[in-house]
Amino acid sequence: MTDDRRDSGDDRRKPGSTPAEGEGVPIRRTADDERVRAAIRNELSLDRSQDMPPTAEYRAAATNKIIELKNVYLAFDRPILENVSFAALSGETIVVAGESGTGKSTILKLLLRLLVPDRGEVFIDKEEITSLKFADALKVRQKMGMVFQGAALFDSLTVYENVAYPLREHTTLSEDEIETRVREKLSFVDLNPDRVIDMLPSDLSGGMRKRVGIARGMANNAQIMLYDEPTSGLDPLTTATITHLIIKLQRELGVTSIVVTHDIRSAFRMASRIAVLHNCHIEFFGTPEEMSGSDNPYLRDFLGGY
Amino acid sequence: MLSAKAIGFAFSRPFYRSDLIQQMDSIGVQSLPIVLLTGFFTGMVLALQSSVQLKTFGATMYIGRLVAASMIRELGPVLAGLMVAGRVGSGIAAQIGSMRVTEQIDALNTLGTDPIRKLVTPRVLAALIMMPTLTVINDFAGILGGNVIAAAYVGIPTSLYWRTVWEQIAGGGFIFKYIPNDFVHGLVKPFVFGGIISLVACNFGLKTSGGTEGVGVSTTRTVVTASILILVVDYFITQLLLAFLPA
Repeated sequence: MTDDRRDSGDDRRKPGSTPAEGEGVPIRRTADDERVRAAIRNELSLDRSQDMPPTAEYRAAATNKIIELKNVYLAFDRPILENVSFAALSGETIVVAGESGTGKSTILKLLLRLLVPDRGEVFIDKEEITSLKFADALKVRQKMGMVFQGAALFDSLTVYENVAYPLREHTTLSEDEIETRVREKLSFVDLNPDRVIDMLPSDLSGGMRKRVGIARGMANNAQIMLYDEPTSGLDPLTTATITHLIIKLQRELGVTSIVVTHDIRSAFRMASRIAVLHNCHIEFFGTPEEMSGSDNPYLRDFLGGY
Repeated sequence: MLSAKAIGFAFSRPFYRSDLIQQMDSIGVQSLPIVLLTGFFTGMVLALQSSVQLKTFGATMYIGRLVAASMIRELGPVLAGLMVAGRVGSGIAAQIGSMRVTEQIDALNTLGTDPIRKLVTPRVLAALIMMPTLTVINDFAGILGGNVIAAAYVGIPTSLYWRTVWEQIAGGGFIFKYIPNDFVHGLVKPFVFGGIISLVACNFGLKTSGGTEGVGVSTTRTVVTASILILVVDYFITQLLLAFLPA
């Protein structure tokens, strides 16, 4: 069993407690595991301001719209998006929130040009992508890294091969350079390369899979990262780790991120701005502070007790 | 559309050679035991049944002709096709279907890879190459199975058996002077069946929806559709070949 699985099992107990007798098989942790858990707890207890994403002053300096949706309409058997417009400045983290079925993940598919809107325009790095041919769309996608809800790692490939995949596909790097890059990315997402590179995705816990998914997404040094429910189904400690990673990517590498999530706590920690989808349109688009201070009845309902 | 794209990608870069070799192993080499067994026992039962019928006419020496004609022209390609449809078609549909429901196909797209180029083209090419190969092996195993029964049960010498096998092949006529018509029948069919199996499986796999239940549905549909298509298309190919390559 992997470390993360042990972590998530233990989260049901008080932090730091040992398994009680008769509670089943005691969980054995190595010194390495304890060190990781202590680091995560430390990270959680840090002042939130340390992770605060740059907001107002940052936007004043960065005016380059790297992602933009303009008056996007999309319908399948019913309308999904109506007149949706918003833009992300270079280096921002935009969180797209909303109830299930409101078209949050659809926005990611539009950005990747996996879907084409019925009307409206989508710009990636100032390039309008809705009219691109399939082959050209593949090139645009190389600018972006996508982290899927279930990580979507290739089952038949090892962790190493998964992270190396975009490098082998789209670069002329030598195998040594690829290995260096893979190890660097795995270390960035707090995984021990020596321990995980030969593992198959089925050997990994949910949290580890997500982290490998992030490493694969950023392997090509993508300047845009898209996350579909990155923290769903994870325990609180792993959720905090993934949230921290998204913030770390923005702070250290200046990556622009679009994060689709239900997790309001994580959203408030990582977002430069939050877009709330409701009834096929954007009900709110602003900073977390503006959102929590809003007297919009829907937002008050949506936020609940947060 | 899928067929045109899959074949078109075989002639442009990037070409996934290692995937092709892996699929040739998976579709061809790993299907060998099942195809050998099917062929061998079909040949044996053909020899056994025909010996009973031919004995009444005192013509048991023609067992070789009967087994060769049935195996090379019909049973070899069709049985190998049906076995591969069951073994390989279901596998391809389940694998690609699982990739679809776990978003791995979307992941390929987002990583800038065309899933048809990466997944479908190697499988279709591998099936087009390996199906005729498997069929030749199946035919040979069948004729060998017939030989065992003819020698052990009916008492026909092996040399006579193989001479009648050749008489059957030569009697079917030749194309381009040296290529027996029987071989053309026996190789065109599995080539087409290979295309049918791989394309049907990839198509249903890529269209999978509805989670793990959807994967099961795609797998079943693949085996049923591919098997029926093999039997139907076999009839039309036979008609065409008989019209163009009369004995």
